[in-house]
Amino acid sequence: MTSPTYDVAIIGAGIVGSACALECVNAGLNTAIIEAGIIGGGATAAGMGHLVVMDDSEAQFALTDYSCRLWRTMKEELPRDVEYESCGTIWVAADDEEMEEVRRKERYYNERGVTVEVLDAQSLAEAEPNLRRNLIGGLRVPGDSVIYPPCAAKFFVDRVRTRGADVFIGKKVTELANDSVRLEDTTIISAGVVVNAAGSWSPTLTNGIDVKKRKGHLLITDRYPQFVRHQLVELGYLKSAHSVTADSVAFNIQPRQTGQMLIGSSRQYGVESSRIDQPIMSRMLARATEYMPALSKLSSIRTWTGFRAATPDKLPLIGPHEDGKRLFLATGHEGLGITTSLGTAKLLVDQIIGRESQIPIESYLPNRVAQEPAHG
Amino acid sequence: MSRQVHVCEVLVVGAGPAGLVAAYRAAQSGKEVTVVDDNPDAGGQIWRAEKQKSSSAEAAKWFERIRQAKIQFINGARVYEQPAPGTLLAENDNDVYELKYQKLILATGARELFLPFPGWTLPNVLGAGGLQALVKTGLPIDGRKVVVAGSGPLLLAVADYLKRSGANVLCIAEQASRTRVARFGFSLIGNVGKISQAMKLRGQLSGIRYLNGCWPVAAHGEEQLERVTLQQGERTWAVECDYLACGFHLIANVELAQLFGCKTQNGFVTVDDYQRSSIADVYCAGEITGIGGLELSLVEGEIAGLAAAGEETSARALFPARDKQRKFAGALNRAFELRSELKQLATPNTIVCRCEDVTFERLQSSESWRAAKLHTRCGMGPCQGRICGAAAEFLFSWKFESVRPPVFPVRVESMMDE
Amino acid sequence: MADTVVVVVNGVLVTVPVGSMVSAAILKSGVPSFRRSVSGQPRGPLCGMGICFECRVTIDFEPHCRSCQTVCQNGMDIRTDE
Repeated sequence: MTSPTYDVAIIGAGIVGSACALECVNAGLNTAIIEAGIIGGGATAAGMGHLVVMDDSEAQFALTDYSCRLWRTMKEELPRDVEYESCGTIWVAADDEEMEEVRRKERYYNERGVTVEVLDAQSLAEAEPNLRRNLIGGLRVPGDSVIYPPCAAKFFVDRVRTRGADVFIGKKVTELANDSVRLEDTTIISAGVVVNAAGSWSPTLTNGIDVKKRKGHLLITDRYPQFVRHQLVELGYLKSAHSVTADSVAFNIQPRQTGQMLIGSSRQYGVESSRIDQPIMSRMLARATEYMPALSKLSSIRTWTGFRAATPDKLPLIGPHEDGKRLFLATGHEGLGITTSLGTAKLLVDQIIGRESQIPIESYLPNRVAQEPAHG
Repeated sequence: MSRQVHVCEVLVVGAGPAGLVAAYRAAQSGKEVTVVDDNPDAGGQIWRAEKQKSSSAEAAKWFERIRQAKIQFINGARVYEQPAPGTLLAENDNDVYELKYQKLILATGARELFLPFPGWTLPNVLGAGGLQALVKTGLPIDGRKVVVAGSGPLLLAVADYLKRSGANVLCIAEQASRTRVARFGFSLIGNVGKISQAMKLRGQLSGIRYLNGCWPVAAHGEEQLERVTLQQGERTWAVECDYLACGFHLIANVELAQLFGCKTQNGFVTVDDYQRSSIADVYCAGEITGIGGLELSLVEGEIAGLAAAGEETSARALFPARDKQRKFAGALNRAFELRSELKQLATPNTIVCRCEDVTFERLQSSESWRAAKLHTRCGMGPCQGRICGAAAEFLFSWKFESVRPPVFPVRVESMMDE
Repeated sequence: MADTVVVVVNGVLVTVPVGSMVSAAILKSGVPSFRRSVSGQPRGPLCGMGICFECRVTIDFEPHCRSCQTVCQNGMDIRTDE
């Protein structure tokens, strides 16, 4: 059973796949998007919807900054259930070394036109009264925001549907070729270009993609409005995100519009089970309560896990899988998939239709040589 | 923070009738028994406040026996996690208990099924058991006008209790048809104890209209309930009242059993003749194996307690009594099956998930429970889907997912190891 | 030993029998609702057995306490969501 030829068939309706589909449709491409489970049901559902500029490398900065600008442009069109909130981020410094890092980040972002504000101990305490005393200071990034990602993915999919794309939900892909996709029900969908945007499942569809699962844990509390006002991230986060082998936890907390708080974060390699790892959960919460002691008495409602799609150099794969072929990749976004979904969509479609990109694309090409991070 | 380690041989979760008698039998057989329960005091729902002020001879008898027995009670503590085999964690207002056991008996009972209809979220619209629980724990009801509605024999028991407490019970609106309920009545023949119970109840309830094939279609009021619109056949009419006590029969609290991985079917835990679940050393008794009323809970509790204590011969002696009660339970559930018209009560704007204020129309466009949760946040609130989940299953035939810790909301610190 | 307990509901003294739950005291005080839902609707107890979380109020400055499961103690400070 065959179906009409599409210009593009995208596999995966997570935040990345659905953003790509929207960009395809907006570029006038005849588009199909195929999702085996639920729209936004993978890492999109499991993670924190933090829209954040990052500076681990020039390439990471370029993509996150570009994407955050795109999100800000889109802000007014987003429906209420996407819960876009411009609360900003504060990177928290617990010692002098981390405060040095604050100053370095300040210089870095100032040079690149990102508004930031250095907070000393007192202004940090005023901005976030529930942080423990004796922290040194922090860096506030007011342009960062938070959203509720599954509803963003759903919004993108609803949009592409009304603009004429075909949406296949609950359809599992069993075979991916360069110009067609075979579904479990034996349907073959043929397309000029096929895009693997299947996140942590992408290696099962395309052999040889170096994307590995990196497990994370989260906990959500009951409503405590104003307990936390910004997304708070410890600067040791970067130290842990750099490690490629050890399990790690870091203080990372997000206020939601409801007043509930998401508490994270953790990273584990080589774990397949989605069960809660109690020792990791415990370490993660211990870290969080070190920074915000009053958290320990608050009511926690749910815990869950998810798998990020991680690459060795921590940059996503955006572009053709093999030179000149028509299978493209849009995957490997690790913990920045929500943020960089919009930038990824632009760069992907730029390459599909031969449009000039707003930022250099070399660092994200699947056949690149792995780069060293800018520092650390 | 440190945890209180508590070791026993038989741990019973739930201090309702099934759990209490299971604990008693296990203790009498020489085992070290501990009972843990979320409520401030033992009794569960049916025997709530019975310990202090007994209204039932049966309850009084059991409470007296339990008083004499060597059983440890941990009240006001909610079980939320199984960190390792043979260990459960329970949290109360100040501490975390690490409960270590050899045999576990789950007797976590049932809760009411709530179906959404316009106005059901107004203050003073409660469950039938819900209003009864409030009155038992101090709510003055004297002279207040109450409509009792929904389904199940619980409605009769509640109406009776409220009337005896001085309420002006205006009517009982039972959704099941008169034929179905009458058939249920006939099935009581052969069960002498139940007939006299039923007749006593009928006597006490004389003066209260018992309307079959009748259900609430809307509750009205500004800041709280003022009147209820009932429907029976073609007729609808409004009743002014202070409280609407409305519950559509019962569903089992199987969340903890599911956390263990116990096999369930149709929302109940599957057990063998000795009340053993599919998980080693985990026994289940009472409403979680099937809604069957007090007597069945008692005999299942006794069997579980005896079996957990290794007294299989004594347990076997109770099998005939259980069989008899199970027949009653079967008839009970068939009689009060919910009619499909109840699926039409919710209008697009009717709240289905009360924790997150998710309306019926937002759920209608979801293709599964999981999709609904993700896209609307239905079931993601503190009740963890206990109220909206069963309603959603009835309305949309959605299937549930597995359970993760915490099985009940607990303090962040309780999720941390020592 | 007294057979009543006095608690404070939204600043008003309420006397209840010993062993009463906070929910009973609140209803007795005449306050029409216990809390506001996420979209601001008035709410009160539903299940009476501690699982619906609709009866939550602030007790002695602790938010999210289930009033149907909390026994009244002398001098308890109880605040509803208004």
